[in-house]
Amino acid sequence: MTTKNLLGLGTFLITVFVLVPVGISVSGRWDFYYTLTSVALLSIGAAGVWLTFYIGRINIGQGAYALIGGYVSAVLVVKADVSFWLTLPLAGLFCTTVSVLIGLPILRLRGVYFAMVTLVLTEVTRLSALALPVTNGAKGITSIPLPGELSILGLTIIPDFATMQNPKLAFYLLAAFLMVVSYAVLWRIVNSRLGHLCRSLQQNEELAASIGVNVAYLRVLAYGISSFYGGIAGAVFVAISQSIYPSSFVVTDSVNFMLYCFLGGLGYVSGPMLGTLLLYFGWNLLSVAKEYQLLVYASVMIALMLAVPNGVLSLFDRKGDRK
Amino acid sequence: MEQILANGLYLGAQYALIALGLTLIFSLMNVLNFAHGQMYVFGGFVTYTVVAQFGLPFVVGLLLSGAILAVIGALIEKFLFRPVIRKSKREESTMLLAAGVAFFLDAVILLAFGEKQRGIPKIVDGVMNLNFRLIMPYDRIMVAVLAVAAIIGFILYMQYSKPGRAMRALAQDRVAAQLMGVDVDRYSMLGFAFGAMLAGVVGGLLVAITGVNLGMGGPTSIKAFMMIMIGGAGVISGAIAGGFILGMMESVGLSVLAAYGNITYLVIFASLLIFLAIRPQGLMGKPWG
Repeated sequence: MTTKNLLGLGTFLITVFVLVPVGISVSGRWDFYYTLTSVALLSIGAAGVWLTFYIGRINIGQGAYALIGGYVSAVLVVKADVSFWLTLPLAGLFCTTVSVLIGLPILRLRGVYFAMVTLVLTEVTRLSALALPVTNGAKGITSIPLPGELSILGLTIIPDFATMQNPKLAFYLLAAFLMVVSYAVLWRIVNSRLGHLCRSLQQNEELAASIGVNVAYLRVLAYGISSFYGGIAGAVFVAISQSIYPSSFVVTDSVNFMLYCFLGGLGYVSGPMLGTLLLYFGWNLLSVAKEYQLLVYASVMIALMLAVPNGVLSLFDRKGDRK
Repeated sequence: MEQILANGLYLGAQYALIALGLTLIFSLMNVLNFAHGQMYVFGGFVTYTVVAQFGLPFVVGLLLSGAILAVIGALIEKFLFRPVIRKSKREESTMLLAAGVAFFLDAVILLAFGEKQRGIPKIVDGVMNLNFRLIMPYDRIMVAVLAVAAIIGFILYMQYSKPGRAMRALAQDRVAAQLMGVDVDRYSMLGFAFGAMLAGVVGGLLVAITGVNLGMGGPTSIKAFMMIMIGGAGVISGAIAGGFILGMMESVGLSVLAAYGNITYLVIFASLLIFLAIRPQGLMGKPWG
């Protein structure tokens, strides 16, 4: 890491953890916390999608894993009385298990075929949530308790959310923390041997296989990590809204996850984060346009695509090709 | 049983027509047209406006739906997809564009036609009744016949006309077609317009039976994706097969599985996943599209 990178990272961390809370408490726009928390969580899901893009697969199924993760957490908290903090990794792991089982056959597909299957998968998950008894059907699971206390050996690490004066801030910090950790992990993966292997898959799978890369294992691994991210994002979302329905994550959400990646730029680790911020925040800001909101939003999206078809971040590397 | 089969054929004819448009666009441009369902709804609303508001005959509405959608399709290809395909590093970028177009069309439909369910009065009255074994309203039969006629017309056009031959050549091998003197830009535009036109025509047909509403766009796109996955993307025969198979499965499922609640689509999706695991390229598709 160069000094410039470190500086950039430092600025980013200070902005996320200090400047944003200070700015919000000064301006009094408490509603921004919810928006920014959503941005942070959605960008975790988008990070997962980005990883599948990195192995050359178009993933429009992240909504499915967000829904599964959300339901795992909700069911465990409500029916089995498990602490939320334990359900968070469990939700991720459950999603990984599901994704490995589904991924083994469908990751053999490529291009639009894979994209379409994952899109269908989102719909299957929604219908399963409607049909399965444990999910309580269309009524969903409601009044889920807020996350409780997390303590190790009597030492309180995270206090009970229900007793907090400002759970919004706490949720924001939790989401931001998770986001930073996910992107750090993602950055580490991309810049490791595993990342190089993944890039070889993106460029030419047959060639990679012929050199001796274990293609099948790698793509299932990447897909599993991707789904883990989706599950975590879904679980925290459920904790915030304290409810989950089969329609909490639908096809539109899956498509949005993909769009965030595209807009930010597929060649850059921080691409999905920026894309999520632009699209989600932009959508909320556009609510002033009332009935023209969707029209303006779609027009801006199309215009952005025409102007920067390789993602917004590609504006910054005109001179040297970083990838 | 006859009733189920007849319903399946009726659904299948419409579905096949939707899938044909989608697969045509896909095979020519390698674009997965997310906006296909929206185009279909748009076509429905055009027919509704022409027939219910201006009081013109249904046929005029149908033709206008096709014509307006063809123009929209051509413009979208020329001013949106072509520049993006040229500039973008990865061809998947067109998916974002297609999704953007889908949102845009949704917004236009919302502003222009509102969010209410719209339908037009019955075109043909009466019900065909064969000994109560098979009951089918005449207007449904008419729609099915029109859809089949459109499918046959489409196949003949692709098979025997010069533009049809050019488009088939483009779908097979873009570079080779260009070397043989096919005007790639022109026929890509024509193909996109043609695909959009088919979507518009189906929308126009359906408005006469069940009506259309704003929310139908997305689910229709998903169904169309399923059809071309069953049949194989980019293959005309595959789209037709996929459409009829899905129509049949839906019809059979709705009657057989009705006792177990609303799980028809769950079963269809699950069997599709298993089918694709065994045969990834669909029934008639080329491996890896």
